[in-house]
Amino acid sequence: MKTRHKRLAFVVAGLGALSLIAYLIFNAFQGNLLYFFSPSDVVAKKAPIEKSFRLGGLVEVGSLKREDDGLTAHFTVTDNVQRINVTYKGILPDLFKEGKGVVAQGKLEHDGMFRASEVLAKHDENYMPPEVAASLKSAQNGAKSPAPAANTVNTEGGRKL
Amino acid sequence: MSILSKEFWLQFSSPKTFYPVAGRMIPWFAGGAILLTLVGLYIGLLAAPTDFQQGDAYRIIYIHVPAAWMSMFIYIVMSVYAGMGLVLNARLSNMMATALAPTGAMFAFLALWTGALWGRPTWGAYWVWDARLTSQLILLFLYLGYIALQAAIDDPRRAYRASAVLALVGVINVPIIYFSVQWWNTLHQGSSINISQAPKMASIMLTTMLIMSLAAWLYAIAIALFRVRVIILERERHSDWVRDLVGARP
Amino acid sequence: MNWNSFGEFLHMSGYGPYVWGSYGVFALFIVVEWVQLSRRRKDIIARIKRMARMERGD
Repeated sequence: MKTRHKRLAFVVAGLGALSLIAYLIFNAFQGNLLYFFSPSDVVAKKAPIEKSFRLGGLVEVGSLKREDDGLTAHFTVTDNVQRINVTYKGILPDLFKEGKGVVAQGKLEHDGMFRASEVLAKHDENYMPPEVAASLKSAQNGAKSPAPAANTVNTEGGRKL
Repeated sequence: MSILSKEFWLQFSSPKTFYPVAGRMIPWFAGGAILLTLVGLYIGLLAAPTDFQQGDAYRIIYIHVPAAWMSMFIYIVMSVYAGMGLVLNARLSNMMATALAPTGAMFAFLALWTGALWGRPTWGAYWVWDARLTSQLILLFLYLGYIALQAAIDDPRRAYRASAVLALVGVINVPIIYFSVQWWNTLHQGSSINISQAPKMASIMLTTMLIMSLAAWLYAIAIALFRVRVIILERERHSDWVRDLVGARP
Repeated sequence: MNWNSFGEFLHMSGYGPYVWGSYGVFALFIVVEWVQLSRRRKDIIARIKRMARMERGD
């Protein structure tokens, strides 16, 4: 009987300790692992203005401008509500495109310009052959929809992009 | 033997009777896995078209998604066996849980590895600390912790008990991985397959991904049965039936 | 068929190292898992036989 009690205590103690670890991990998730802030978050001053943070959203169509040095790029990140201007000097990833998702690491300057030190492309979960994508796009243009085909999935909600 | 008879189910509960049953099942699962893998690789690498945004880099999905799914699914099955071993004190359940862990860890690692090699050309980074990637890394650590804990405790019964508690507590991580792309802002994209929505993939791509997933499933069953047979031999090496089996008795 | 030549297939329109790095390591792990497990099985069977021989004293 006694050993069984001891064993039970061991199991309960182990369970308690591990639950605590799980709780701490979960807590860390909530606090830190919001991977990026949307332009709306930035405008609402939820993003850490003084420190470096990540800004995520869509590259606004028609906003991308490259300087003559071939490295510096200017574009606007939007969540279809607010817009933030971004400047970045470096090589952009292959999937960086207007109308597509992007996550930029950097700092917000006092003039409201976001100076990025790293730019990552955030692609969506759609997979299809180019011909299908092209026919989807032309069908949509035929219906006089202003949004390009790939944007349709992004309207479900800003956080999902 | 009828599926309703008690004898049918008993053969799955004791190591001695399960050993030959598992041996007979392995070729079927392994054969099915090989066949489906060949079909899946043929379509995935040769026949399936390229992707409209990612080009041929997207072909990593055919192994990345099966590995990620299996790593989560094996963890749940392992925890159920470990829990049954803990509550019912069933030896074979403990052995099954132990047999699943290395394969689960392998799939968890492969999901991270293939994901890194997919992320570099598409996102622009091998690794980011977003919720999906971090929780998947924790899954790998849970597997490794489970294996290490068993190895660290000499008394097998205590080892089973301690590792079962770890496995059960870690189950909470599986829904976190799965829903992380919905709960938090992540760099990782959402799921292409959803219960409530139409799949966001061309049907040939989706079919191939499912074929490869089924192949991974059959592989995992085959290898787990293989490993549990070895574990049975190791644990029961002093028993007469094992000695008879390997022909070690005159 | 998407590929006009074997070289094009290996090249994967520029993503070759990433695609083959993924598939290659995946295949390697599966092969290693089977080989390692087969060896473990051989070892334990040999050990059981050895133990039985020692107990019989020959």
